[in-house]
Amino acid sequence: MLRILFYALIVKPLVLVMLGLNARGRHYLPASGPAVIVANHNSHLDALALMSLFSNRVIANVHPVAAADYFLRNRFLKWFALNVVGIIPIDREPTEKSGDLLAPLIDALDRGSILILFPEGTRGEPENMGKLKNGIGHLISERPNVPVIPIFFYGLGKCLPKGEFIVVPFFVDAYIGEPLHWAGSRQAFMNTLMNKMHALQDRAAINK
Amino acid sequence: MNFWWALPRSVQIAFLAIGVLLSIASVTSIWLAHAKPGRDYLELRLRVKTWWLIVAVFVAAVLFNRTVSVTILGFISFLAFKEYLSLIPTRRADHRVLFWAYLSIPMQFYWVWIGWYGLFIIFIPVYMFLLLPMRMILIGETQGFLHAIGTLQWGLMITVFSLSHMAFMLVLPPEINPAGGSMGLLIYLVFLTEINDVAQYIWGKSLGKRKIVPKVSPNKTVAGFLGGVATTTLLAVVLAPWLTPLSQYEALAAGILIGLAGFVGDVTISALKRDLGVKDSGAILPGHGGILDRLDSLTYTAPLFFHYVFFLHY
Repeated sequence: MLRILFYALIVKPLVLVMLGLNARGRHYLPASGPAVIVANHNSHLDALALMSLFSNRVIANVHPVAAADYFLRNRFLKWFALNVVGIIPIDREPTEKSGDLLAPLIDALDRGSILILFPEGTRGEPENMGKLKNGIGHLISERPNVPVIPIFFYGLGKCLPKGEFIVVPFFVDAYIGEPLHWAGSRQAFMNTLMNKMHALQDRAAINK
Repeated sequence: MNFWWALPRSVQIAFLAIGVLLSIASVTSIWLAHAKPGRDYLELRLRVKTWWLIVAVFVAAVLFNRTVSVTILGFISFLAFKEYLSLIPTRRADHRVLFWAYLSIPMQFYWVWIGWYGLFIIFIPVYMFLLLPMRMILIGETQGFLHAIGTLQWGLMITVFSLSHMAFMLVLPPEINPAGGSMGLLIYLVFLTEINDVAQYIWGKSLGKRKIVPKVSPNKTVAGFLGGVATTTLLAVVLAPWLTPLSQYEALAAGILIGLAGFVGDVTISALKRDLGVKDSGAILPGHGGILDRLDSLTYTAPLFFHYVFFLHY
């Protein structure tokens, strides 16, 4: 309940007024889980802007996957991240074997959640794509029927770049691609995903 | 409904007339889609639909009271400035500078709200003009400095300073304009500016041949331009006694001024888009493009018409 209020009354109006999202390919967004959303990561606003693409009915079921070391670093932030934003925390530098690392994500998918993943791992330079990490490949190899929806955001890195805390308004473009599916091998899947993200990025560059 | 009856009769008629005009446009666009099913009229339908939205916002902006008017017009300036900044290349280093530039919008519209003409007229051209480069220098990035400050100040002038003249028309003393009340001038300006756009387009389509600015706007023709200015001037003279304190000859000149300035504003924003390699300035208004695509002519007509009337009557 708190989450829905947070998104409906604070995040959505702020995204609408301060930013103004222009989403292309909205019909590719899943109406129900399980599904994985994959996006480029330039700003803390990425996850909030992504969440605001969903209707209030679906939002309760959407969870950004975020770094435990960053978002659980103090008690208030931990409460806020887990209960209001609704993140699923994961370790960025796992010490045990990787099966355990992905377990909470697989659980969430099995419960029918929609996960938001930033496979670059950290916020990169504005509007650039860094190298994708393999976690998404491992995850989908475990649950090959789950569709993966790639999204490229243009403009958020300008609104609130890494290291800044003042939000400056810009119009933001979101390019939503058609859902991808498991391609037989992890390498093949990662290549498809990488190509798709670059194709969306090129569309963003052409329209700019 | 109280404020409706409190409006001057001419303003009521103006709103009703705009409603009738738009209804005709809606009916025509639906009829066209039925009569000629071969051609795609989706764009036209969208355009007319969005016109209803624009008129609704404009009516809300002039109908209620000064606070509502200034807030809505300030928000429109904000959207225009945001659209401009989203289009142009900005430097990562200028993040905080852009924040200060945004802050000038509520300040500028606050001067309007309290009716402080002296500060309203110099705030952006003098104080922001001097402040923003200083803020850039505190950050210290000199690479691309001139380009960054030039584009930023130009954007503020076009989207905030120019457009805020629309709001200042609403706070001019209403007793000087008994026919149109406090909102008559603004309705007159916006109506004529938009009609000028439409008339130039229609004249150009029906008998335009010689291109007027082929490098900037290849669709604009001399006939379209002249026909538009003539239409606007005619309407300006007819409408002036209802909405403005202008005499017949003053209205004639006002019509020519709005016709000319509207054209220049239009092609100026076209030049900006062409330079940046985009077709539309944004996507906020379906069928029109961005907000600057719609406000382009007003960025020129608003300050020029304002100062013309201000000099003559206020």
